Amino acid sequence: MKKLCLGIIGAACSITAASAQLSDNTVKIGVLTDQTGVFSSLAGKGSVVAAEMAIEDFGTKIGGKKVELVSADHQNKADVGTQIARRWFDAEGVDMIIDVPNSSVVLAVQELAREKNRVLIVSGAGTADLTNKACSPNGIHWTWDTYSAAVSTAKAIVQEGGKSWYFLTADYAFGHTMKADVARVVEATGGKVVGSVQHPLNTSDFSSFLMRVPSTNADVIALANGGSDTINSLKQAQEFGLTQKAKIAGLAIFLTDVHSIGLQTAQGLYLTTGFYWDRNDETREWSQRFFKRHGAMPTMSQAGVYSAIMHYLKSIEGVGSDAAEKVVARMKETPVNDFFAKNGKIRADGRMVHDMYLAQVKTPAESKAAWDYYKILRTVPGEEAFRPLSESECSLVRK
Amino acid sequence: MPTHSSVPVAAPFRKLGMPRYHLMIMLGLAAVLSVAPFLLYPILMIKILCFALFACSVNLLLGYAGLLSFGHAAYFGMSSYVAAHAAKVWGLSPELAILCGVGIAVLLGCIFGALAIRRQGIYFAMVTLAFAQMVYFFALQAPFTGGEDGIQKVPRGALFGLIPLADDKTLYWFVLVVFFACLLALYRIIHSPFGQVLKAIRDNEARAVSLGYRVNQYKFIAFVLSAALAGVAGGTKAIVFQLATLTDVYWTMSGEVVLMTLIGGMYTFFGPIVGAALVVLMQNYLASVGDWVTVIQGLVFVACVLLFREGIVGFIASKLKRPL
Repeated sequence: MKKLCLGIIGAACSITAASAQLSDNTVKIGVLTDQTGVFSSLAGKGSVVAAEMAIEDFGTKIGGKKVELVSADHQNKADVGTQIARRWFDAEGVDMIIDVPNSSVVLAVQELAREKNRVLIVSGAGTADLTNKACSPNGIHWTWDTYSAAVSTAKAIVQEGGKSWYFLTADYAFGHTMKADVARVVEATGGKVVGSVQHPLNTSDFSSFLMRVPSTNADVIALANGGSDTINSLKQAQEFGLTQKAKIAGLAIFLTDVHSIGLQTAQGLYLTTGFYWDRNDETREWSQRFFKRHGAMPTMSQAGVYSAIMHYLKSIEGVGSDAAEKVVARMKETPVNDFFAKNGKIRADGRMVHDMYLAQVKTPAESKAAWDYYKILRTVPGEEAFRPLSESECSLVRK
Repeated sequence: MPTHSSVPVAAPFRKLGMPRYHLMIMLGLAAVLSVAPFLLYPILMIKILCFALFACSVNLLLGYAGLLSFGHAAYFGMSSYVAAHAAKVWGLSPELAILCGVGIAVLLGCIFGALAIRRQGIYFAMVTLAFAQMVYFFALQAPFTGGEDGIQKVPRGALFGLIPLADDKTLYWFVLVVFFACLLALYRIIHSPFGQVLKAIRDNEARAVSLGYRVNQYKFIAFVLSAALAGVAGGTKAIVFQLATLTDVYWTMSGEVVLMTLIGGMYTFFGPIVGAALVVLMQNYLASVGDWVTVIQGLVFVACVLLFREGIVGFIASKLKRPL
């Protein structure tokens, strides 16, 4: 009798195992994001909404097993972020963490995901180190990075005749890396750097930095800074009338930044984005659904969260397992085709390569409706937008 | 201010100068902390211990010397950077890495302390804040700190080169030992003649001067001891979390730790531990609430200020009419 019971249980186990080998019978996704700080509007609650939509659209079940979602606020502190991630991995059986804006938090979580052998998909954060020096077999960088956001803008502007560049650089690693990447592209494509100035983090008065611009006769002012620094420097450049003579290139600008600055100030700004809601019918359809739930149009990182979760869940369904190495292998084999990316592919270093879009912010007269902010000038093909593998320092790339 | 001089002292602990009920609290604390990792997540417990030490270090200055330092993040954060660097780049074992961190905290404490104690009250607080911001901008720029990316992938290594700390529970016992060692040392300092002089300075500096005490020397030593203790907390945190970032040196960290001390009760010995536990637990359990974290934190602080002016433990102590 006992043997029979065991046999039945054993058979039952092997059947479920055959249908889907999922750890603790669920697929658990954790959205780790910034819900209160500087990244809360470009990622934050909107990322959670996008994740909920993805799971609902997928059907909340894989082979009869539930797909669950948890979310938390990392408060832009690496220790809070890693502590949540550790708890998720160790105690709550989370299989994949997604979003994670803020470079210090995401780099720490990337190491943790590598150690615990779980999947990390980055949408909100931009540090290009994730797929370069710090690359991990379990990490996928989905939406954008500092290289793609900055370099595509630079190439396009030089090709359009913006030859002499003046840099306003935030004086810390993020600004320096961005400036170095862009300056190299500018010089390689025939432009030149005519001046550069560094300002401290969280500067409120940019007048002394901006007053030097007219004497250099620069065609382009590049803002190699982020967050409130970008917003303040942009506003003040406008007030000094610099925007009439020179083009302004924003190197890390999101739709929600433009929304908070307002078109009056942001008009004419060049930027590169991985997603724009009003690009075609597919993007509009999804974005309108998102807007109904969230009350704001999606940024590229929020759209990226949806697209990445869909691809992740489909890959789990495909391989019938949520083991990190199998899922990541499947994700890398399968091209990404949805409203977000066409023929997107994930490279060996974890970089999801997809088309980026060079955009210019509309003038208030051109804007017909709320959230009608960008003119898409050009599609930048993926191979051109992201750092080529030949320049990669990632240990996973075979040369 | 209440003193403990008339309270009976337990015989074996007479040398520690510890009255019996303090001993009971210490043992109770040890018992709770020994059981805790089996009930709560060990990493969370370790974080509480690190911040409790950090809050105790602030309380040594604030509660016992009457000096409000608004720049303790400098010693905490710099120590975590140096410990992380020592463990990762120089390959030192964790205890040596933490000692390196403490070394830099003492060094900074000596320099900043010598300058800051020349001023009193709000000016003292502003001077310490200014120095801490200098350290912050240094950390933002210096190549070894990794700027805003911070230092990751710090190896936990093996204690004394023998006991691997990779397991969270093993690590917890190590931190618990460090915590109690520091706590007992602090207890001894506070209840020594040196500590009595500090309290005298806090209560009436002019009188302490008139009694012939070199007030500035006492303050300076208290400042350096406090910085060292903050250094222990910071270095340990870097090893535990395997990272060091700008959060640890930013001024909000200095503010947070003062908040912990005030919530717990600043004239009490055990208050900062309670305050630290409360704030860390709040941060942890409210993380999924999202944007309400800061609001709830603020409300708790307002409630504490209105209901328990002397902090939670201070309130209990005044009800019991005994110093805690």
